[in-house]
Amino acid sequence: MSTRQFGARVQRNEDDRLIRGKGRYVDDIPLEGALHGVFARSNVAHAKITRLDVSRAAALPGVLKVYTHEDLGSLDMKMPLLIPHPCITHGRTQYPLARDEVFYVGQAIAFVVAVDRYVAEDAALLIDVEYETLPVEIDLRRAAEPGAPLVHADVPGNIAANLVQESGDVASAFAKADHITSITVHCERSTAAPMECLATAARWDEVSGELTVWDGTQAPIGLRGALASLFDLDEHAVRVIAPDVGGGFGPKIHFPYANEVLVPLAAREFGRPVKWIEDRSENFVHMTHERLQIHDIELAATRDGIVLGLRDRFLHDTGAFIPYGIAVAQVASCQIAGPYRIPNILVEFSCVYTPTVPVTPYRGCGRPQANFAIERAMDQLADELGLDRFEIRRRNFIQPEEFPYTRPNLIFADGLPVTHDSGEYEQALRALMDALDVDAFKADQQAALEQGRYLGLGLSFYVEGTGLGPYEGGHVRVHPITGKVFVNTGLTTQGQGHATVFAQIVSDQLGVAVEDVIVVEGDTGVYDWGVGTFASRAAVVSGSAVHKAAVLARKQLIDAAANMLEANPDDIELSDGRAFVAGSGVDGVTLAEIATASNPLRYAFNKAAERATQFAPAARSDGPPLAEGAHPGIEATDYYAPPHATWAYGVHGAIVEVDPMTYGIKIHRYVCVHDCGNMINPMIVEGQIAGGVAQGMGGAFYEKLEYDEDGALRNASFMDFLIPYATEIPHVEMIHQETPSPLNPLGIKGVGEAGTIPVAQVIASAIEDALRPLEIAPIRKVPLSPSLLHSYVTEAGLRK
Amino acid sequence: MTETTEFEPNALVRINVEVNGRAVSEEVSTRLLLSDFLRHQLRLTGTHVGCEHGVCGACTVHIDGTPARSCLTLAVQVDGCSIRTVEGLANADGSLHPVQQAFKECHALQCGFCTPGFMMAVAGLLDERDDLRTAEDDSIREDIAGNVCRCTGYMNIVSAVRRAAELTNEKG
Ligand code: FES
Ligand code: FES
Repeated sequence: MSTRQFGARVQRNEDDRLIRGKGRYVDDIPLEGALHGVFARSNVAHAKITRLDVSRAAALPGVLKVYTHEDLGSLDMKMPLLIPHPCITHGRTQYPLARDEVFYVGQAIAFVVAVDRYVAEDAALLIDVEYETLPVEIDLRRAAEPGAPLVHADVPGNIAANLVQESGDVASAFAKADHITSITVHCERSTAAPMECLATAARWDEVSGELTVWDGTQAPIGLRGALASLFDLDEHAVRVIAPDVGGGFGPKIHFPYANEVLVPLAAREFGRPVKWIEDRSENFVHMTHERLQIHDIELAATRDGIVLGLRDRFLHDTGAFIPYGIAVAQVASCQIAGPYRIPNILVEFSCVYTPTVPVTPYRGCGRPQANFAIERAMDQLADELGLDRFEIRRRNFIQPEEFPYTRPNLIFADGLPVTHDSGEYEQALRALMDALDVDAFKADQQAALEQGRYLGLGLSFYVEGTGLGPYEGGHVRVHPITGKVFVNTGLTTQGQGHATVFAQIVSDQLGVAVEDVIVVEGDTGVYDWGVGTFASRAAVVSGSAVHKAAVLARKQLIDAAANMLEANPDDIELSDGRAFVAGSGVDGVTLAEIATASNPLRYAFNKAAERATQFAPAARSDGPPLAEGAHPGIEATDYYAPPHATWAYGVHGAIVEVDPMTYGIKIHRYVCVHDCGNMINPMIVEGQIAGGVAQGMGGAFYEKLEYDEDGALRNASFMDFLIPYATEIPHVEMIHQETPSPLNPLGIKGVGEAGTIPVAQVIASAIEDALRPLEIAPIRKVPLSPSLLHSYVTEAGLRK
Repeated sequence: MTETTEFEPNALVRINVEVNGRAVSEEVSTRLLLSDFLRHQLRLTGTHVGCEHGVCGACTVHIDGTPARSCLTLAVQVDGCSIRTVEGLANADGSLHPVQQAFKECHALQCGFCTPGFMMAVAGLLDERDDLRTAEDDSIREDIAGNVCRCTGYMNIVSAVRRAAELTNEKG
């Protein structure tokens, strides 16, 4: 028997290409004679366009055309609101190119098509725009107040949507409580900053009339649908390919961006391929943002620290438009109670328009904010009740025997009430306490303090609803010529290692080497049933679908091999790329031979095919070559639709040292205990977590998009917007716990976003603990700059 | 006094460079970036562009043996130079350079976009430091702080640097 690949630290199938410089990202696709597009963008936040003159730009040699909204014909329409929800009373989406009004700095106004990018950029500078600027309010709180300048004249109060959800009876819980604590927390606006910016290339094939679009997207099937609809084409005439994609982290799930409309349009008009490659500065003002929320959270508890009720009201900044609906806010609202039993929850949010880049999910999708809110509140509650921070959490955990644990009427993004499926929360907390040796730390902390050094310990417990439906598909086929296995899903990968983990799953069923499983996804020309890569769902949903398809293919292989070898199917074993009778010592047949024999074709292309003819037929049928209902070859497709989300969780802790003069922070240890169910490949899981933690560190310390009061983004470059380098990220110690999900055949939960979620709270909690002797006021905001920390310390002084 | 001439952005100049050991003679426009020259004129698309501001290091190549940002260099500036890109990292027989081998073994890449630039920077570092095998994390982190990776959180890249040093040592 070959060893089980599921659970093994298998090296990646995708690496060889990538380390040799043979990756294929959109801008690497060789397209002979391609034209290049560049957008001209608004440099004011909110204004009427009083004059738009592109004549100087259009006259520049090398320029083929400058599109404005007037050139778009039927495409001059509002882009879809992708995920509608009844609570969106004032949904607004943008036009591909601004009409007579702009709503944020960066909004596309015109699209230049020229012979190369250099000329196109020259031309974009020659576009003359005049504006009549309108008043703006950038501050989220003030934008939601009566009398604030409106982003959309017909949206009163700048409120796009408002949702109230109540689980249990919150008023009575608060009435019964011994103690109520409340805190207001604030997470700043950030950006995913994948290393590859957005990119689109398109070509219309003159012969077939088909449109091919290469796009750095997380949702090629969705984009294909949007393009078929916008360009009025049959689906088969549009092929969207997400080739190698240089990181996604959320914003690439959104579509269609203006480029995804303009590039195909220009390619059609000029009968030549057209490319648009976003540059970094543009990425900051164009690709969607996330994170800005302000939560007012209250907990009602007994004097023993049992939380009876939770009330959270929050504002969610959706930017100038709401193309992705309430997804981010809804996800935040559904994880607000974390791992705690809290039987009574009232959560209300408003999605507020501000004249800024629109907001869609970025790794974590509202969970980091919700985690910061509940965990800050738990720390404060512990403090006020004189309880230990670990102990108060322990007292409130949902216990193993309480699963599945449902929060009635708290409806998640899949339209179903929140139901935690499984977990060992207390065991995870205990593992963290042991790893950090909490008691020894307390002594160290005391000793350090005596030398004037400030050490602190922080923690954060998170839960993450992952693996959302509705469904994904998996397709498995054995290539008759090579005997390799070809696997497809409707997803895309931006570095998560799908070509390896799906291969591991198939390898276990079909007995082939992992490197002989070829995974191709992100190409609607190859496979086109599915949803997309988001919400830590790929391994869970597609992984399960691939597994189910592989189980079917396995049965086909065994049945065919049994016929060929004239044996009993129960005796057939699959291993090392062959099927044979267990214990017979006979070679049996290769997968290529079985696949060849399963296809009633006349030609023997190779040795395997010649050999296949020596065996009995693969199918037992006295009738036609293919029996009724049979299909040629070894091939299977299956689908997986989860009953509801599966809940991963974990707890991170850190020991930090704070310099009381400079507020410089040194992270001495960072420990992460996590449980994402059964792990397909621990090496890849660890990579996901390490990367997630680094993005979380960015959010905790550095990453804040700074809009000035006029709505200009002041730090729209890597020089000014700080993302962590290696020197900013600590070594992360990881402890794996595996509680299988009962919801899917492999017991998997998602892990893609896990690392990012708890980091801000871990750091806030640790710094607060370190500076307790200075009586620091509660930390309520991230990112935590030294000056912000200083203000918390002086605030405490002022209170005295 | 030197004579000033009108800037001619699209003027063409012939440059002679050696790229991955191959002599290349090409006409380039005076404002063409080295990164664009490599990627679009020579079709060596392994060198990536992450910021075009000299901040992220994705575009790192070797110019005359030293790592440099190809997005901050004009093609005309490398006339007469020898350039090495990620495509020139592996040996002629296709076997991997220690840095490539180490990145694969240590899972030091996810999306792979930063990887060519990172590997070129680390290859340069291996030439410069012979104590990397035993170096502390912090000192390795300092040395690779010219490149951004948004996927890996750097941990495995730090291990890959050490592993690459080990492999270099075994070979040499
Ligand atoms: S692309 Fe050259 S440093 Fe970022
Ligand atoms: S591997 Fe994706 S940016 Fe480094």
